[in-house]
Amino acid sequence: MPRLSAKSATLLVLAALVVVSPLFFPSGYYYRVGALIFVNGLAVTGIVILTGYAGQISLGHAGFAGIGGYACALAPVHLGLPPALAAVLGVLISGALAYLVGRPILRLKGYYLAVATLGFGILVSMVLNNERQLTGGPDGIIVPDLGLRGLLKDWGLNISNGEFWYFFCGIALLIGAWIALNLRQSPTGRALRALHGSEIAAQTVGIDVARLKLQAFVISAVYASVAGSLLALQNKFITPDVAGFMHSIEMVTMAVLGGAGSVLGAILGAGVLTLLPQVLTVFAEFEQLVLGLVMMLMMIFLREGLLPSLLRKLRGRDE
Amino acid sequence: MSELLQFLFSGLTVGAVYALVALGFTIIYNASDVVNFAQGEFVMLGGMITWFAYQAGLPLPLAALVAILATAALGVTLNKLAIEPARGAPVVSLIIITIGASVFIQGAAQQVFDKQIHSFPAFSGDTPLRVLEATIQPQSLWVIGGALVVFVGLWLFFTRTLIGRAVLATSNNRLAAQLVGINTNFVMTLSFALSAGIGALAGVLATPITLTAYNVGIGFALKGFAGAMLGGMGNPKGALVGGFLIGLIEALTAGYLSSTYKEAVAFVVILLVLFFMPQGLFGSKSTERV
Repeated sequence: MPRLSAKSATLLVLAALVVVSPLFFPSGYYYRVGALIFVNGLAVTGIVILTGYAGQISLGHAGFAGIGGYACALAPVHLGLPPALAAVLGVLISGALAYLVGRPILRLKGYYLAVATLGFGILVSMVLNNERQLTGGPDGIIVPDLGLRGLLKDWGLNISNGEFWYFFCGIALLIGAWIALNLRQSPTGRALRALHGSEIAAQTVGIDVARLKLQAFVISAVYASVAGSLLALQNKFITPDVAGFMHSIEMVTMAVLGGAGSVLGAILGAGVLTLLPQVLTVFAEFEQLVLGLVMMLMMIFLREGLLPSLLRKLRGRDE
Repeated sequence: MSELLQFLFSGLTVGAVYALVALGFTIIYNASDVVNFAQGEFVMLGGMITWFAYQAGLPLPLAALVAILATAALGVTLNKLAIEPARGAPVVSLIIITIGASVFIQGAAQQVFDKQIHSFPAFSGDTPLRVLEATIQPQSLWVIGGALVVFVGLWLFFTRTLIGRAVLATSNNRLAAQLVGINTNFVMTLSFALSAGIGALAGVLATPITLTAYNVGIGFALKGFAGAMLGGMGNPKGALVGGFLIGLIEALTAGYLSSTYKEAVAFVVILLVLFFMPQGLFGSKSTERV
């Protein structure tokens, strides 16, 4: 039997999940939950590139999600941009900031990126909370409609708002996963994984370690920014929570739960941690406790994450 | 002029707290190469446990002692249960473990204590002392004095006692230390106890001025780290000076620029240090062993 490459298999599984899941939805509400999972999955795919491939960590990625989200709220009003272009503007700003912050830091040990991104995230969330006149402060701000669903309706495709965002975010996630998987197999991806193994060894074979880490950081910031934009456009509303410290922690936890080195694993982690609060309403009360515990336990006992460990076990039995 | 002096006083006060946090970072970093992101939570626990013990009827000094000992015990537990099992793990895993511990302790503090803001009485009353044309709270002197006493105490400990030198030897070369018969596991335990205890002490001293709540830890961690980095990571003298400097810059920013954005100081300092002098003020250039 011809074996599927890991890349095609991952994409097939994802596409099947997006298409088949709605058949089992008990109510229309689950379209919204699904869309949330896809948005979080997209952000976490960025973490896979940064943490899983390049072995770096960011504790402030929510800051980029905040920039993407508020770009969609503010640029249409103040610059007259259509919301889709506003999201592109968010990507440009996030990428540029990631470049500026990452450039001096990524030459050094891993701690420095963690601390600097922690500070960056807190700074973004502080600006969003305090600049009330521009951002509406802690109460949040309205985000204009993307307008694509209206366009589809004109073309004769009439779907509900929930369905639209479910499939729109699902397609976005598929594209994001496809790019991440391609990157993994490209020379850049191989170099990234080499430096994850040993920076010094990578350097000695001529890999420009600092530049590569910077690339991974910028790309992952772009993922977070797009995810933030999608969240804002979908909710038609955004609050500074999207840029908060706990949101950054959520992203990291999702990635390490499912497996930061595997796109599918990380998306699985995003699915579990997005579903949990929907199923267990008491979860909100204990969120920090659970996230902290998951982070510690995974790193101590199952460093690869759920999915890669599971796959390894299954393969072990085959042979 | 009196305005400037006033800002300097408040800068030295918060700076002393940051210096204590930075010293805590330094002790663990030297002993194990781990940057403990939960360091700020020790400060939070120092304040919160003292408040609850004090509310429960303990006299303040006893409540403070309970808080410091309990936090030190928690530091040891953190090392035994979370850091030691992950020995040899990549830096990223260690960061995730300690930041996970930080988030976990915050979540636990929410449940065990509450989400309110707390404070307890200053040790020597609230009558401000006049110094030149400005005033200073007696509690500020406690905080600043506390930082200096801890620093001198640590210096004596590391240079004059056998155990202290064993810690230094371990931070220099773990394997060599083991070979000459030093119990490096004990050194790790001691470092975490010391570091957590110092963090808790900072929380006890600072809470009458800065107040405390379950979520204040991460801010202290960020600023303490900025101080440690400014001074040169791993250098105790650097940690002390760096901590005070961060406090001073923050107070001057709050006074002359914007009190909202004084929180941005730590981040900006981290970036500038990384840009212009990654070794910090007192750090030596380090090379990585392969």
